Amino acid sequence: MAALDFLYPDYEVVRNFDKCINCRLCEKQCANEVHSFNSDLKKMIADDSKCVNCHRCVAVCPTRALKIVKTDHTFKENTNWTGKTIEEIYRQSSNAGVLLSSMGNPKPFPVYWDKILINASQVTNPPIDPLREPMETKVMLGKKPDTIERDEEGNIIDNLAPHMELDVPILFSAMSYGSISYNAHESLARAAEELGILYNTGEGGLHEDFYKYGKNTIVQVASGRFGVHKDYLESGAAIEIKMGQGAKPGIGGHLPGTKVLEDISKTRMIPLGSDAISPAPHHDIYSIEDLRQLVYSLKEATDYKKPVIVKIAAVHNIAAIASGIARSGADIIAIDGFRGGTGAAPTRIRDNVGIPIELALASVDQRLREEGIRENVSLIVGGSIRSSADVVKAIALGADACYIATAALLALGCHLCQSCQLGKCNWGIATQREDLVKRLNPDEGYKRLVNLVKSWEHEIKEIMGGMGINSIEALKGNRLMLRGIGLTEKELSILGILHAGE
Amino acid sequence: MLLKEGQIRIPSGCAISGIFAKDGKRISGEAIIKSISTMHDRSNGLGGGFAGYGIYPEYKDSYAFHIFYDDIEAREKCERFLDRHFDVVNLSKIPTRKNPRIINEPLIWRYFLNPLPTKLADSQLDEKEYVAKCCIRINTQIDGAYVFSSGKNMGVFKAVGFPEDVGDFYRLEEYSGYCWTAHGRYPTNTPGWWGGAHPFAMLDYSIVHNGEISSYDANRRYIEMFGYKCSLLTDTEVITYIIDFLNRKKKLTLEEVAAVIAAPFWSTIEHMEEKERIKYTYLRRAFSSLLVTGPFSILLGFDGGMMALNDRLKLRSMVAAEKDNMFYIASEECAIRIIEPNPDKIWSPKGGEPIIVTLEGGVK
Repeated sequence: MAALDFLYPDYEVVRNFDKCINCRLCEKQCANEVHSFNSDLKKMIADDSKCVNCHRCVAVCPTRALKIVKTDHTFKENTNWTGKTIEEIYRQSSNAGVLLSSMGNPKPFPVYWDKILINASQVTNPPIDPLREPMETKVMLGKKPDTIERDEEGNIIDNLAPHMELDVPILFSAMSYGSISYNAHESLARAAEELGILYNTGEGGLHEDFYKYGKNTIVQVASGRFGVHKDYLESGAAIEIKMGQGAKPGIGGHLPGTKVLEDISKTRMIPLGSDAISPAPHHDIYSIEDLRQLVYSLKEATDYKKPVIVKIAAVHNIAAIASGIARSGADIIAIDGFRGGTGAAPTRIRDNVGIPIELALASVDQRLREEGIRENVSLIVGGSIRSSADVVKAIALGADACYIATAALLALGCHLCQSCQLGKCNWGIATQREDLVKRLNPDEGYKRLVNLVKSWEHEIKEIMGGMGINSIEALKGNRLMLRGIGLTEKELSILGILHAGE
Repeated sequence: MLLKEGQIRIPSGCAISGIFAKDGKRISGEAIIKSISTMHDRSNGLGGGFAGYGIYPEYKDSYAFHIFYDDIEAREKCERFLDRHFDVVNLSKIPTRKNPRIINEPLIWRYFLNPLPTKLADSQLDEKEYVAKCCIRINTQIDGAYVFSSGKNMGVFKAVGFPEDVGDFYRLEEYSGYCWTAHGRYPTNTPGWWGGAHPFAMLDYSIVHNGEISSYDANRRYIEMFGYKCSLLTDTEVITYIIDFLNRKKKLTLEEVAAVIAAPFWSTIEHMEEKERIKYTYLRRAFSSLLVTGPFSILLGFDGGMMALNDRLKLRSMVAAEKDNMFYIASEECAIRIIEPNPDKIWSPKGGEPIIVTLEGGVK
């Protein structure tokens, strides 16, 4: 049977023996146990089949003796039955299992961000230099008032609903304590505080050490309700109800018991070593009117002082769903596109379910405007926002702010090997193994996150200035600032933009 | 074929000028023509126009509709609509004189109208909203008819041409009012449609504007949620709707309107004393999508007053002056000096700072 199960490794470890000094650092650093020292040969050898291509060994090698290359081993060329497809058949016929993957959809679907171009001012109005003039990126997320109320002296009464204030229209998206490490959470929390933005606890509760970052924290309530209690709800600046996730719409979550160590069991309020299973639906929400009840239960529990976010995956009927949510009492809708990341998802779901965030955002924003309820809610979009240009395009399409998570993990050292589900993250992010977690130093991690968002902020200001816009509010929904390139009439009409040259 | 305003967005540069008599003294249209013509080089002959307030004292309680018609058919169709919705007090062609540089004129008619009380009651709208809705219906549903002025005791006169020729064409020296605004247009591309010239007016609001706003589509997509239809795709149109929405519908004062469309920077708001800070924060948060960015200088005419406002970075020139009871404002100082060589005071208003003048007494 061994021959039937054999799969040639996707990646090969290439070692330059002229440079290798047998220091065995690669061996120590690889949690997948790829490298070992062969004492007979007196040299290092590597088992390519265990390699996930995370570049840890390459990055730490003191003599730059290592590199990872894609194998040129191949099946007979076939565009229908690719090597990957064939191997997946072998794997499933061997173990009868559902294929698992991590991070976002890697398939070659169109990335609409890359087919949208941004405008700039020439002659008829001036570009604005952000180094000389104020350039505002602050946003307020939450419901806008229906009526202006005045006191007897005619002063406007502040009747605004609770809101979140962000110095930059970027938030760190939900990643639970459990799916990522303590040190990763600490880095996110501290960075959010320094940046004047918010991070999101994900569905695993909030470690007691991090309550002090409350004003920069969104606490999540998901179908498993892990770690949800009154103090938790009150600790954050906003509460997010997670209905769905872009990487796996319609699917729940599963944190294996092996990852539920003492701290995590305490934070999630579940027994040590037990599997943490989030059901696919919230079992108290089978329809929109049930959602409304949960929104108001959470508002009651927190005295109507915190905005409530409802997070949904971008699926086919997204505009109608969002319209329902905008009338449910929620203050903010977060939409997660099909390229959003995850710590583990069934491969077929990740790669085939959901729609691109660009199209979802455009149709939701337009629909809410047509119904005159766009001001009932703010819109946050994620999955996946890869750069400051994506942020600018998202806001011009109609978003209030963007969630980033994969980009944040990359800043912390993630190399997108898409193997989070193995729990052996060599970069100390998606793991609970103490020796690995230690590798992510929160002092350095938070600084890198701050650097990333600051650099995006600079770029956003430059792009805005070029358009002659000096406040992010004037960019929101400003679709005339965008043009499509290489898109069909249908795609342009969904995005609500003109083609380049028009 | 060139697309006209409404089918495509056409940016324009411009000249604007305004005169206001605070004591309500009625002045003839000659002065404003003299002022705007001084800035001849700021327009390119593709649009000019004027708004006068206090010009119809004999019909001051009726809505004065100025309408362009492409042909008699459009006129008949529109007049049937007007008969169904209004009591027509008076109707006539607007008197014009031939000017060799004003060509291709449409049919230009004027009506003094009062809403039919039964229709008005049936609509469950207040009177102004009823009139505004009727204008929008004519402009969007009757092909070849375009209402370009619809306020009481005020009127807009506009055409394709240089403003001085437009003033001559409409015989503005025969009208007198307490307030005049004028516009000379420098569009980058237009087939020369009369409706596309400025001022843009709605009810008694009229706007002349110089600039190209970068927030246009953000503003347009917001305001269209509230029943407005931006059919011309011009800055002036969307700014007029924003002011109508905030001032007439949301009942904000004009100072508050200015604090929304040319909002102070957050860094300025932070340093305000508490009461002001709360107010400005509230307005920016509540109407964030109505912030107007990019260069603009606007003159808003309204019943009994005028407001001038620059964008918050002051990216367009605008100069103000006073002499006794007269207030002057223009894109360039020369346009003021030509009609008032010795003002008591002349200054350049700060970006984002509204200047509001109103009648101290009734119209004299």
